[in-house]
Amino acid sequence: MTVEASRPEIEVRGLHKSFGTNEVLKGIDLEIGQGEVVCVIGPSGSGKSTLLRCVNLLEEPTKGQVFVGGTELTDPDVDIDAVRRRIGMVFQQFNLFPHLTVTENLTLPQRRVLRRGKAQAAKVAAENLERVGLAEKADAYPASLSGGQQQRVAIARSLSMGPEVMLFDEPTSALDPELVGDVLAVMRMLAREGMTMMVVTHEMTFAREVADRVVFMDGGVIVEDGTPARVIGAPSHERTRHFLSRLLDPAMADVEENGGGDDS
Amino acid sequence: MTAADTQLQPRKKGLTRRQKRGLSRGIQYAVFVAAVIAFAVSADWGRLKNQFAQADIAGQMFPEVITLALKNTVLYTLSGFVVGLVLGMVIALMRLSSVGPYRWLAGIYIEIFRGLPALLIFIFIGVAVPLAFPGTEIIGGTYGKVALALGLVAAAYMAETIRAGIQAVPKGQLEAARSLGFSPARAMVSIIIPQAFRIILPPLTNELVLLFKDSSLVLFLGVTLEERELSKYGRDLASTTANSTPILVAGLCYLLVTIPLGFVVRRMEAKAQEAVK
Repeated sequence: MTVEASRPEIEVRGLHKSFGTNEVLKGIDLEIGQGEVVCVIGPSGSGKSTLLRCVNLLEEPTKGQVFVGGTELTDPDVDIDAVRRRIGMVFQQFNLFPHLTVTENLTLPQRRVLRRGKAQAAKVAAENLERVGLAEKADAYPASLSGGQQQRVAIARSLSMGPEVMLFDEPTSALDPELVGDVLAVMRMLAREGMTMMVVTHEMTFAREVADRVVFMDGGVIVEDGTPARVIGAPSHERTRHFLSRLLDPAMADVEENGGGDDS
Repeated sequence: MTAADTQLQPRKKGLTRRQKRGLSRGIQYAVFVAAVIAFAVSADWGRLKNQFAQADIAGQMFPEVITLALKNTVLYTLSGFVVGLVLGMVIALMRLSSVGPYRWLAGIYIEIFRGLPALLIFIFIGVAVPLAFPGTEIIGGTYGKVALALGLVAAAYMAETIRAGIQAVPKGQLEAARSLGFSPARAMVSIIIPQAFRIILPPLTNELVLLFKDSSLVLFLGVTLEERELSKYGRDLASTTANSTPILVAGLCYLLVTIPLGFVVRRMEAKAQEAVK
């Protein structure tokens, strides 16, 4: 896919993030163009989720800048709620609102945040439920849905706000294996439609087939950044090779002295 | 040879496990029956009946005990509950505030009003407030005073309950709301508090039961005939008739409300348990 827009949709400059004395991100520079799909991979504790959460400022960066659509989120005076409306976020644990029905999950944010009228909110909600293939669950409560269905509702909820960018934080990691496919199919559809997407994931097949770029992170830095064919197909760093071999064939891994990743 | 065989199967000494269990249960029943018999025999039922169960005196109390006394008890309780809920919510939010002085103030309030007997607060409202602010009248007269006194006590407990409820809502809920563009205040009102209330409905209902009983303290504010609630009404009637039957009837009226409420609380708790599973 070619990137036509001159300015990147997401731009991260010199990003550092520490939790207490634990430095999780050690200087990240990353640009994601309009319509680009970037998968971020890496061992647990590598800082990939923290990086994603810094992009919509759910985590406050210690140092550095984050721009989305040309607006600097790290500016202390920015209207963060206004910027976040343009950034959809999908969580590992879905985080649907359990006290609301599926439709209400989609309409309440539109009405409260975007001040849309009742009829318009309902219309947008119905359209997006249709897109993720869950129109028949409109009146169900989240607890009665499978994990895969809940995640698709969560995606539809984000889409109802009309975001320019979608962030996915391990969207399939909490799902039973047979439910992963439905969620990935929705994400593939979004990618085809030209949505700018940043996806933290362990789904290598998805990364290989859908992503324009794959970013491999380890120890709080970006180790490798390139096309899926390069990063997954022919990694140039030993750390990437090591991670991929453990991921693709976990049964063949040896017992390691320090337990692999840098979870502290 | 034979000696070794018997050692492999050691002979059981004393009672088996099953026999022990049976014996233990038998003793417990025996103690219970003995206690009931001792109580029934030793109490002077005739005198008790004379003093507490005079049908004609009980009959005299109706319908006033319901239309006046129970009605006032319910009114006092509900008004106190509403004041407590509103104040408790404010204090709970202060307790969770990022502004230090708000947190301290809320903490101090909770410690003081949770630590004081409700009776002292009633006396304080009845005596100290009119002294400190002469000429000011608490809105609503006795009703206002009771609502305030009960509300002040209830708010301390409810604030802690509400705070716990808000903190029991998973962190992801706030994150999801914020990432959709909700401001912190709007996320609290639309997403967090409705879920918190589901969690704390049983303890809040328990608080209602406690308030229902505490409303009897209105006695210490000095009330007119029309403002009497169950306890005061029962006691007044007990002294005019020189018989304690009205006390018993008043007590039964309390149970008439508290037992169904307790039942509702247990149902809600059971339902909440099921939802967790």
